[in-house]
Amino acid sequence: MKFLTLLLLFFSANFFAASSAPCGNYIGDDLDHIGVCDDAEVDPTDKASLQRGAQMYMNYCLGCHSLKYSRYKRVAEDLEIPLELFKENLIFGDQKLGDLINIGMDPKEAKAWFGNTPPDLTLEAGLRGPDWIYTYLKSFYVDESRPLGVNNMVYENVGMPNVLFNMQGEQRSVCRKVPSKAANGGLKQDPLTGEILSIEKCGFLEVVAGTGEVTEEEFDANIRDLTNFMAYITDPAKVERETVGFYVILYLILFTILAYLLYREFKKDLH
Amino acid sequence: MVTKIMSWFDERLPITATIERHLTKYPAPINMNIWYLAGFLLIIVLVIQLVSGIWLLMSYEPTAEGAFASIQYIMRDVEYGWMIRYMHTTGASAFFALIYLHMFRGMMYGSYQKPRELLWVIGWLTYLLLCMLGFTGYVLPWGQMSFWAAQVIMSLFGSIPFIGEELLTWIRGDYLISGITLNRLFALHVVLLPLALIAVIFVHILALHEVGSNNPDGVDVKKFKDEDGVPLDTKPFFPYDIVHDLYAVGVFLIFFCFIMFFYPDGGGYVIEYVNYEAADNLKTPEHIVPSWYYTPYYAMLRAITFPLFGLSAKFLGFVVMAAGIAIFVALPWLDRSPVKSIRYKGVYSKFFLTLFVISFFVLGYLGSVASTPVRTILAQFFTCTYFAYFLLMPIYSKYEKCNPVPERVTLS
Repeated sequence: MKFLTLLLLFFSANFFAASSAPCGNYIGDDLDHIGVCDDAEVDPTDKASLQRGAQMYMNYCLGCHSLKYSRYKRVAEDLEIPLELFKENLIFGDQKLGDLINIGMDPKEAKAWFGNTPPDLTLEAGLRGPDWIYTYLKSFYVDESRPLGVNNMVYENVGMPNVLFNMQGEQRSVCRKVPSKAANGGLKQDPLTGEILSIEKCGFLEVVAGTGEVTEEEFDANIRDLTNFMAYITDPAKVERETVGFYVILYLILFTILAYLLYREFKKDLH
Repeated sequence: MVTKIMSWFDERLPITATIERHLTKYPAPINMNIWYLAGFLLIIVLVIQLVSGIWLLMSYEPTAEGAFASIQYIMRDVEYGWMIRYMHTTGASAFFALIYLHMFRGMMYGSYQKPRELLWVIGWLTYLLLCMLGFTGYVLPWGQMSFWAAQVIMSLFGSIPFIGEELLTWIRGDYLISGITLNRLFALHVVLLPLALIAVIFVHILALHEVGSNNPDGVDVKKFKDEDGVPLDTKPFFPYDIVHDLYAVGVFLIFFCFIMFFYPDGGGYVIEYVNYEAADNLKTPEHIVPSWYYTPYYAMLRAITFPLFGLSAKFLGFVVMAAGIAIFVALPWLDRSPVKSIRYKGVYSKFFLTLFVISFFVLGYLGSVASTPVRTILAQFFTCTYFAYFLLMPIYSKYEKCNPVPERVTLS
């Protein structure tokens, strides 16, 4: 028992250590912790969201980012998009349904244009996690000092342009006055007036009103769909895997009960 | 009819005799407890690894250009390929988890003591082979962590004075980690090492059945026998232990399948996230960490930060790491205690065994995180306590006061 407690302690310490701040300088809802990603709330069973996400990916991302380990047909079937419809609307050029999702861009030229060849994104959600992708996509802001005019709070000085600029509108990094916190976690107050003291904190992201094609909520929903699709494409068998897993474990529980009863019967012999 | 057929075979091949010797008449002590399950479960995992490995081999491509893509081909285009692969990755972790428990059981109950010294040494050999299998297998997917782990581990050979550089080139087969390295690790992983492992495990079981199983009390069950010459405190392995093991297999597989189907990454411990990116020799990952089952030894490697006697810190770290794995083999000769089991050993043995377990886990943790000055000092301290268990054993096991050992096994 002591050993098991130790084991548990060990692993809890380990998992705790893994949760550092992965999202760069992004300030989310929790002002105290910079770099915590927003929750992408991915749901591989939400087919409508996945379909919208696939549509966004093919239209906005596929120009530069291939999905070279995945095939069109598999995506269409998994997402329940009729093959004809998929072929007409989501496959560009003369690629076939059975093809891997490759792109025509020359990697060498791409490197010259962006400083780095845009990576294949089939496994990006596994590498970075869906929350990171979701937060990253909403964290572009205008920064005139960068070659492409934008920077990113999550991934500083990234070479990627903000392809969703028109949809989201002009987002800027701004400073805000926030309540100043004391060492004990409470709010700092002016000792005379009792007024809550505030300090200026920078790095908040704000969209200039009226510059985007959609509202902020709609934009977040859109990139959530896109993230959902990317999480799916990393692990397309997830839904099937968990369904199969459920039945396998159910079977194993039955097996174990029977094996236990058999063991109990034989144990009687020994006493 | 059946008897006739059997005797025809028995005259030509000792089938019945073998079954009796190793199953139906193999005497297993009646007081064996939960710790004794790991051995049987290891055989189950061996089978899982062999079967899933063969199926993976059908679709895997051992080239630097095609390896990474072929893994994704298995995951996406091969029917139930994801299941086969996750079975293999989860199996690798299960293999190590169980062998560590199995080794710990042996250390606890003194299963390495006379007459089981050779059994222990052969068992240690399986552990060594497993470490090699784990390493060579980890490189095959050719992801970023595969590549860089190979880079780090192989470069250790380069730290050997005088011959290091040439030895390293010889091992890699190239001036850097390349497709040639991948091909040779592939050959080792799918042919030489599994063959050796099966052979060594076979000999391990032969040796076990020659000297007989130890038990939690560490008493010799062969002392008291009934009129047929069967040790009194034993039961036949088949069916009594088999039905017990079957039940344990059920419980084990529930855990196994839970990870395999629902958390195949194991939170980054079964499959490291960095390995989702194909190998790139121009881009070093931020933290290079080995799989969790090597982290205690990786921590030892990193704990040595100072050169000594004209030898580089890296080489000394390599020596300490290798010694940490190798020292298990000396246990039968380090233990001078008159009793086997920790139940009857003195307070010093209990203290040092606990210290060893704590050291192993703390080093395991330290090996999985980025090093800082404080962590390095901790790693150095716990490397010392890890070795203290072994190196001080001849002293504390000889002079401590042991409790009286019962004549026959006790049942709790």
